[in-house]
Amino acid sequence: MAATYAPPVQALIDELGRLPGIGPKSAQRIAFHLLKLPTPDAERLATAIVDAKAKVRFCDLCFNVAEDLLCGICADDRRDATVLCVVEEARDIVALEKTGEFRGRYHVLLGAISPIEGIGPEQLKVRELLTRLADASVTEVIVCTNPNVEGEATAMYLARLLKPLGLTVTRLASGLPVGGDLEYADELTLGRALEGRRAMD
Amino acid sequence: MTLYRDTGVVLRTYKLGEADRIIVLLTAGHGKVRAVAKGVRKTKSRFGGRLEPLCHLSLLMYEGRNLDVVSQVDTIDSPAPLLSDLDRLTQGLAMVEVVDHVAMDREPAPALYRMLVGALRTLGTRPSPLVVPAFYWKVLASEGVQPRLDSCVGCGTAEPEAVLVAFDMHEGGVLCRSCRRGRPVSSEALRITRMILGGQLNAALDEPASSATAEVGHLATAAIEHHIDRRLKSVAMFERGDRPA
Ligand SMILES: [Zn+2]
Ligand SMILES: [Zn+2]
Repeated sequence: MAATYAPPVQALIDELGRLPGIGPKSAQRIAFHLLKLPTPDAERLATAIVDAKAKVRFCDLCFNVAEDLLCGICADDRRDATVLCVVEEARDIVALEKTGEFRGRYHVLLGAISPIEGIGPEQLKVRELLTRLADASVTEVIVCTNPNVEGEATAMYLARLLKPLGLTVTRLASGLPVGGDLEYADELTLGRALEGRRAMD
Repeated sequence: MTLYRDTGVVLRTYKLGEADRIIVLLTAGHGKVRAVAKGVRKTKSRFGGRLEPLCHLSLLMYEGRNLDVVSQVDTIDSPAPLLSDLDRLTQGLAMVEVVDHVAMDREPAPALYRMLVGALRTLGTRPSPLVVPAFYWKVLASEGVQPRLDSCVGCGTAEPEAVLVAFDMHEGGVLCRSCRRGRPVSSEALRITRMILGGQLNAALDEPASSATAEVGHLATAAIEHHIDRRLKSVAMFERGDRPA
């Protein structure tokens, strides 16, 4: 049976269904939830989306979300300009900043290499990364891509690309989750944790 | 819900909701299966990195109507040897992409499963530019579309009377100089392809990388793409040669 919703409802369902992680069923559920909202609530959501799109842009340098030409981190002179941390998405910066351990700057690829999806380096901000590295002020690149197949492919690609430039290229050690039991660790994680072991002082 | 046990290779995964994934597997006994792995994207998930593409697993699953649910997982072969090398990784992904297109949902395909497990192990232990092409030709042969390589599909003349110089995807075989159409093929590439399909796979895998092995690769890719009627995404990525020298 074909869809029998009124066109505005169907349009709403279709738009919601295009969001990541939202299937047709969830799209319907959210659409009907939105229709039941008091008008001011719905308008607040619409305004928030429009505002964010109008005011937030990608940083010219690192592709983090920014309100200006440069994001807060790129604009901050106190950050260490010799170390660059490469991440897949801007939300990874938030996670890394929360650790308070990193004082360098970032570069957001806006994705990861995914052979299965046909996403190669040219679809990512790799060329822009090379341009940033051209002036030789950066001496170390830390690759912080996700510890999954796409993240690994991206990390290996970047290592191959950047090592000939004479940079130190490091990979985030992917260790054991704090709070987890060793016996439950899978072989990949455990192997990685062994590789990334360090001397105890 | 029925609980069942099987072994399988992860072909690909899709994100589902906040923290779940849909895992597409080729299993030994149940063909291609789609299953939900709950909470797998959380760093503390008990599944850990076991449900990534290329993992060969022993699984305990609940049977669902559309999607099964992964209950327990143990690793049989870890993809670690492939994850340490970009070429091997893309080659492994190129094989599972083909399997995803060839295998049917819940149609047992034990031969395809054995071939895939074998090819992934070979890729990890003795990588060769011919692992993927050989896998593609073997898949085609098992699908009943073994190419004709010893006589012209046009006039039937065999070597040495005929000089076989071309390969036609539609006809599924080689052509002599006077019947030629399709794409040109060298005698070296033909020799290697015959080894692959003629029970001399091990000897073929020892062939050093050359323009002929590259040609065998392009021919096998074209043949499998013709068979599944679509372009392979993962192959396009590494065969375009866009990786740094
Ligand atoms: Zn920035
Ligand atoms: Zn002929």
